[in-house]
Amino acid sequence: MDKLLQLLDENATYTTKQLSAMLDMTEDDIKSAIAKYEREGVILAYKTIIDWDKTDREFVNAIIEVKITPKHDFGFDKVAEKLSNYPEVRSLYLMSGVYDLAVIIEGRTIRDIAYFVTHKLSILEDVQSCSTHFVLRTYKDKGITYGPAVKDERGNCL
Amino acid sequence: MIDYEKVLSPVATGLKPSGIRKFFDLLDSMHDVVGLTVGQPDFVTPWHIREAAIESLQAGKTYYTSNAGIPQLREEIAKYLDRRFDLKYSGDEVLVTVGGSEAIDLAIRACVTPGDEVIIPTPCFVCYEPIVRLAGGIPVILETRYEDKFKVNPEMLKKAITQKTKMIVLAYPNNPTGAIMTKEELEDIAALVRDTNIVILSDEIYAELTFGRRHVSIATLPDMRERTIIASGFSKAYAMTGWRMGYIAAPCEIFAQILKIHQYCIMCAPTTSQFAAIEAVKNGDEDIERMKEEYDRRRRYLLKNFADMGIECFEPEGAFYAYPNIGKFGLSSEEFCQRLLNEKRCAIVPGTAFGDDGEGFARISYAYSIKHIDQALERIEAFIKTL
Ligand SMILES: Cc1ncc(COP(=O)(O)O)c(C=O)c1O
Repeated sequence: MDKLLQLLDENATYTTKQLSAMLDMTEDDIKSAIAKYEREGVILAYKTIIDWDKTDREFVNAIIEVKITPKHDFGFDKVAEKLSNYPEVRSLYLMSGVYDLAVIIEGRTIRDIAYFVTHKLSILEDVQSCSTHFVLRTYKDKGITYGPAVKDERGNCL
Repeated sequence: MIDYEKVLSPVATGLKPSGIRKFFDLLDSMHDVVGLTVGQPDFVTPWHIREAAIESLQAGKTYYTSNAGIPQLREEIAKYLDRRFDLKYSGDEVLVTVGGSEAIDLAIRACVTPGDEVIIPTPCFVCYEPIVRLAGGIPVILETRYEDKFKVNPEMLKKAITQKTKMIVLAYPNNPTGAIMTKEELEDIAALVRDTNIVILSDEIYAELTFGRRHVSIATLPDMRERTIIASGFSKAYAMTGWRMGYIAAPCEIFAQILKIHQYCIMCAPTTSQFAAIEAVKNGDEDIERMKEEYDRRRRYLLKNFADMGIECFEPEGAFYAYPNIGKFGLSSEEFCQRLLNEKRCAIVPGTAFGDDGEGFARISYAYSIKHIDQALERIEAFIKTL
């Protein structure tokens, strides 16, 4: 794996200066490598992982399992493309197994999600069925464990 | 009233309290300090290793093991030493100890008798000198130099060797300097002891943490295995400081004596930790690589920043410390560190904590996140601008 991508995957806030020192590359080389990745769509965005449960923001997440009616000359891509357009759809995956699309959706309230399922999703022509599961608690996401901030409790032992 | 002067051993009362203790106590009482002081990994022990310990507890494995350690662990350590460092020991020549610390203690006590001289190259980890004194030995300090990249200089070593020399301590990769010694450089040392009855105590606790080239153990050189005691452990390579797991590898004649001391003083190393260690040594090679890569990035980052700040620093090739030269700022190491702490709330360890020749230097641990290192560097930079 490209070391630069690996580092940015770990921490998107690394500065060009930090990256250049850590990777033994010049700052200019770092900048142009990043620009290239952005141009090619390898790097899509830089975001922060926030434990919203620690804030007063109200939100609810659900995972919806969607079955699509198989059809001649019709891929899953079309349904997926349509669903991707909704900003409340946070993640969308094509799955192997008993259902086809996994839709991870975020709303402010349960009602928002119910509305999406009944008014947007289930009425799509090719959607055969959907089954909605609400998220009760996040333990870990994107490789990061949720919980209290970790304190450095290492002793000065010499 | 009891007269403690009469109760306590003059050897014990004569030991220097570690000078750095006061500094650390002060540090612990202060808030908002950004420190680069700790000598232990910032990683948590990898989960599969912790899990092995938990499973051993669930299975009720809460007994003493045999004195020398769980046979499977001793076998696995022997295989590991061969796989990683080309060291040939049988499981019967490996003793599981309570940290590398106990390994060092045992090695010294098994060999040193009153009046024996032990050559200790400094700057170094703090325990060798007091343990030699407790054994009645005479520590002979051999200062290593910046211009020698803090390696043992064979000419100087030759001069330090006398009829009474019993042991030479070699601690590479080195704490606090980050220096290493190559095969060729070790050969010069080996040449001086090959035809003598001098034993090498090789503290290889940082052996896995070298950047650019693999660690070479002096015991792999011709005729050196029979006169070398290897002290090592799990603390640094696997981020296992709290488990207190170490080991000794030594030829069977030495091993037999060491085992007796361990048996009478300790019985056996902690059982739960031994089960964790089996998992570490069998399946931990990848964890080591992952953590090492991270240390290496931080090392480069630190060196680059020192260069930009005009701080001279020899390039450490091992362990997780940098040892910058702070002499040019016109303060003693202790003053520098004390004032940095008081004025900028940043803590680093004065080189003098590791020997008198540490004057003019400071030890900086990079067992911290880049973000944390950055905060500390900002404070150091602000501080030196005031000098
Ligand atoms: C050079 C050296 N040897 C030995 C030790 C002892 O480590 P442990 O007893 O945790 O194995 C240390 C710890 O800092 C060290 O730096």
